[in-house]
Amino acid sequence: MPVPLSLTVNGKKVSADVDSRTLLVDYLRNDLGLTGTHVGCDTGQCGACTVHLDGNAIKACTILAAQAQGGTVLTIEGLAAADGTMHPMQAAFKECHGLQCGFCTPGMVMSAIDLVNRHPKASEQTIRQELEGNLCRCTGYHNIVKAVQHGAAAMGK
Amino acid sequence: MGAADQGLVGASVRRKEDYRFLTGAGQYTDDVNPPNHTHAYFLRSPHAHAKIRRIDTAKAKTLPGVVAIFTGADLEGVNGLPCGWLITGTDGKPMNEPPHPVLAQGKVRHVGDQIALVIAETPDQAKDGAEAIVVDYETLPAVVNCVDALKPGAPQIHDGAPGNKCYTWALGDKAAVDAAFAKADHVAKLDIVNNRLIPNAIEPRAAVASYSRADDSYTLYVSNQNPHVERLLMTAFVLGLPEHKVRVIAPDVGGGFGSKIYLYAEETAMVWASKRVNRPIKWACERSESFLSDAHGRDHVTHVELACTKDGKFLAMRVHTIAAMGAYLSTFASCIPTILYATLLAGQYTTPVIYAEVTASFTNTAPVDAYRGAGRPEATYVVERIVHQAALDLGIAQDEIRRRNFIRTFPYQTPVALVYDTGNYDQTLDEAMKMANVKEFPARKAEAGKRGKLRGIGYASYIEACGIAPSNIAGALGARAGLFEAGEVRVHPTGSVTVFTGSHSHGQGHETTFAQVVAGRLGIPFENVDIVHGDTGRVPFGMGTYGSRSLAVGGTAIVKALDKIVAKGKKIAAHLLEAAETDIEFKDGKFSVAGTDRSKTFGEIALTAYVPHNYPLDKLEPGLNEMAFYDPTNFTFPAGTHICEVEIDPETGVVEVASFSACDDFGNIINPMIVEGQVHGGLTQGIGQALLENCVYDKETGQLLTGSYMDYAMPRADDVPSFKVGTKVTPCTHNPLGAKGCGEAGAIGAPAALMNAVHDALASSGVKYLDMPASPHRVWSAIQSAKQ
Repeated sequence: MPVPLSLTVNGKKVSADVDSRTLLVDYLRNDLGLTGTHVGCDTGQCGACTVHLDGNAIKACTILAAQAQGGTVLTIEGLAAADGTMHPMQAAFKECHGLQCGFCTPGMVMSAIDLVNRHPKASEQTIRQELEGNLCRCTGYHNIVKAVQHGAAAMGK
Repeated sequence: MGAADQGLVGASVRRKEDYRFLTGAGQYTDDVNPPNHTHAYFLRSPHAHAKIRRIDTAKAKTLPGVVAIFTGADLEGVNGLPCGWLITGTDGKPMNEPPHPVLAQGKVRHVGDQIALVIAETPDQAKDGAEAIVVDYETLPAVVNCVDALKPGAPQIHDGAPGNKCYTWALGDKAAVDAAFAKADHVAKLDIVNNRLIPNAIEPRAAVASYSRADDSYTLYVSNQNPHVERLLMTAFVLGLPEHKVRVIAPDVGGGFGSKIYLYAEETAMVWASKRVNRPIKWACERSESFLSDAHGRDHVTHVELACTKDGKFLAMRVHTIAAMGAYLSTFASCIPTILYATLLAGQYTTPVIYAEVTASFTNTAPVDAYRGAGRPEATYVVERIVHQAALDLGIAQDEIRRRNFIRTFPYQTPVALVYDTGNYDQTLDEAMKMANVKEFPARKAEAGKRGKLRGIGYASYIEACGIAPSNIAGALGARAGLFEAGEVRVHPTGSVTVFTGSHSHGQGHETTFAQVVAGRLGIPFENVDIVHGDTGRVPFGMGTYGSRSLAVGGTAIVKALDKIVAKGKKIAAHLLEAAETDIEFKDGKFSVAGTDRSKTFGEIALTAYVPHNYPLDKLEPGLNEMAFYDPTNFTFPAGTHICEVEIDPETGVVEVASFSACDDFGNIINPMIVEGQVHGGLTQGIGQALLENCVYDKETGQLLTGSYMDYAMPRADDVPSFKVGTKVTPCTHNPLGAKGCGEAGAIGAPAALMNAVHDALASSGVKYLDMPASPHRVWSAIQSAKQ
């Protein structure tokens, strides 16, 4: 059954009638064409679909689009400045080689920003524990941890 | 190379590809949405082994949105999926190679075996269609263990493979080994299980297949590591399509680790079906489906014996391995536990004689094929576990027993076919021991003991063979493909360069590393070089990326093409500068007449090649575009020592990796940042195998018990430490880059180093032997059993 949906996504207001069972991630990818948010599993474990809803990191595969009604969504496409300059956390991932194949990366970056917002001056141990919900098969996490530390400093956290 | 390459080679240049990945602009297969596309869903077997009496799709075809349904009966004229390596058994006969149908033909042989392709307007409608298909099964007993499969009375999986045997194959001089064992002071023995793993690239497999009536051509986007091989196998062996009418594009690929080398049934069926429905078809594998249908890795059961003198000198080794092939032979399955395994059993040691016998069996499980390291991690695990055991038995220190047996003269002919070109194993062991601060290990162990923890240290001195080659020898050993690589260098009129490589990057950073090589050699800005890969419509040919071959083989093909560019540039420069060609030197981006200040820049030569007004047209074609194929003369042999320290809580059985130090010799390194990243990732996969990951099928029903991230323990950020990674260099002697390859080393060395550390930690508890993964339950249980 279609339900009306209004959201602010990456600063733009969008509205549509969506099937009530539509997941937020499918709405973002299929309806809005925001394919930077990825789907890596079907059990809410891998975190590749992580976006921000009203400022908090959520897994967009475990929430219906309708549940986000009225909310503000930020995806990886909305992080960089209008002129294309990367967010400090994006820049830190590049600087520290915190990505390889790039598939987990959007979710990892969105989680990392949320992490440092919640845990300024996070220790390596805290960063590792907080990244439990994001799987990466390429980097061994070593450089992701460095990137999060580097990005936190650049964000003034 | 230094100044001559602008300092690009050996520099940690940040990656060209990162901006698109970091801003959500990557284009993975599931991001490709052709107009008017349909969605595919594969109906899969819920049974491990069953006859299919009947399939009724009549009702399913009438459901809303269902466009078409195809089953095995529809695939007339479609062959089975081929295996790319023919192993000849000890009996002189070719391996048993039963059919591998694209869609099930009368029987299913593992849970997840594909039965029907359902095509519909939406993914949900395709699933609804699949649910409405009625399949009448006659279930059969199943066998999931590779040893059980060979026992008399085991359920027979294929008519063409009596006793479920694929082959028994052997390497080495059995009589000489038996004689050496007869004279040995000591024989160390171990029974080893190398646990089955599920590769789990974070991007699940995906495909988008389209057909164009306009020119009777097909386009396939697929998450794959070697698009040309995919196209060749699919067109020539399975579908009988003209190769030139099929374009395969592997765009951004979210990790492979081996699992995306192969030609799979899904994309093959979709290409075939795209003409029948005359609309694009898209399929994105769900994770649970990926667990069931991706090719798995490892799954060996081995008995190993090492004959030694009382001083710990190795005299001979004897290895007997049973390896699972799964239900069908995947593309390279047969060569993994043979050519890529037994040939590595000499390790870094002078063991004079080795005999290995391998039996491969079919099981009612997903197929098994190459997974990061592919045979070499299994070999290293056997060698380094038995060396650890021999040292324990003989009371010799772990580093010392290794040193007493290191190969020190090169080239070195091993007793298992390979010739190592170069190496320095003392150097990497010494450095690893420094990095790990082995000297103070006893103090750390004592301190851990005060906290009630058991601390242990473990070594793995591994060797790997990368860049499988040369093609003619591989062919003699059963390879059904060439093992070269191709590269094309296209210099544009303004002097910028596009390079087309047959290697494929799915995380390895070729767009950066290869551009460093090219810009460095041509003396042009790094920004002026772009690397194109992964598209049979743009890249002339390629064998793709596997076995850590990209730089050593693919990079060398590019270097060979660059050599041709420079040679032609010299001819053009000689004409412009009115000098003899032999007097022209090329350095730092300039063609100069030796001993003069007369020169032309690379850009000027490029422009002249495309605007040939003042040009030797009678002797030289215009343009500056060169292509090279490179077939290596030997494997490359990366090697190193990994040292792991663990702390075990005997109350809970939890193993913590306290530190991990890896010193590797990858030959010359182009981009240290990328190399270190490859090592980190490999180590984590190796640690995953040793501590966490284990693919388990139910013994009775053949159901996959570890079918999701809820059940299959993937390494997470807090399971691993920050690593200490270092390198030493002995350049490869037979490629111009001196490169050996770095992609798999971590996964090869880590399991043995970690498990040796676990055994060291548990020695005081009386635990003699543990298999991977060293899960808390296994460790705790072993400690309890040893108490009794």
